[in-house]
Amino acid sequence: MHELLFFIFAALCVGAAVNLLVQRHPINSALSLVVVMLALAMIYLLLGAEFVAAVQVIVYAGAIMVLFVFVIMLLNAGEEERTAGSRVASLFGIPGVFVLGGVIAWIFLGKTAPQEDVGLGSFLPATRDIAKALFTDFLLPFEITTVLILIAIMGAVVIARREEHR
Amino acid sequence: MIPLSYYLVLSGILFVLGVMGFLIKRNIIVIFMSIELMLNAVNLSFLAFAWRWQAVAGQLFVFFVMIVAAAEAAVGLAIIIAIFRTRETLNVDRVNLLKL
Repeated sequence: MHELLFFIFAALCVGAAVNLLVQRHPINSALSLVVVMLALAMIYLLLGAEFVAAVQVIVYAGAIMVLFVFVIMLLNAGEEERTAGSRVASLFGIPGVFVLGGVIAWIFLGKTAPQEDVGLGSFLPATRDIAKALFTDFLLPFEITTVLILIAIMGAVVIARREEHR
Repeated sequence: MIPLSYYLVLSGILFVLGVMGFLIKRNIIVIFMSIELMLNAVNLSFLAFAWRWQAVAGQLFVFFVMIVAAAEAAVGLAIIIAIFRTRETLNVDRVNLLKL
């Protein structure tokens, strides 16, 4: 059952990610990205991260992707234009990406990689444990991220505002 | 049973697809989505290693990555709107001046 769930959602993930690259209309790409994020949330559940899976669905697939879809609709983005990109990017970038993927797979499937089998439910931290760590050991990073969010909100408002006084 | 390395290889595949989207796509919004895909791939490897070391800290790092991604999405999309307002295009090849 565990294998079945993993392979179904891993295939869904990779398929939707490929679809994101193939589609030419931004709204189709955005919807494939939602599928990637929902499938990833299921894979997080298999790794025992229940709360992270819920936050993934609410924050990523919900809030952030709604922001993307709003911007696509606001700007009325149409089909992507086909223009010749940088030749360096296509000459060295694409083979370089395949080399990078090969190296990652070679390292992680090699002998020095962790060989443990992931058992379902063998590591299942409660939300209480996460909250305890967040508000004791990681209190300073937590406070800094609140300031970061505040700065980001103000920055977004200032940048996106229409300047009318000119 | 699934070996832990399968999760890490899946994370690597998603990251590589994100890099490829960053290189081949010409629409600035889709390029931004490729960045989100890369962040998600890294989150998966964080959770895989959190499982490996039975550490809650790994899951907390995923939260921090999500928070930074949300902030980045808000500011980035605001910049895209500002660019579109002056350039009337979303094609990155036509956006070749830093000036708004």
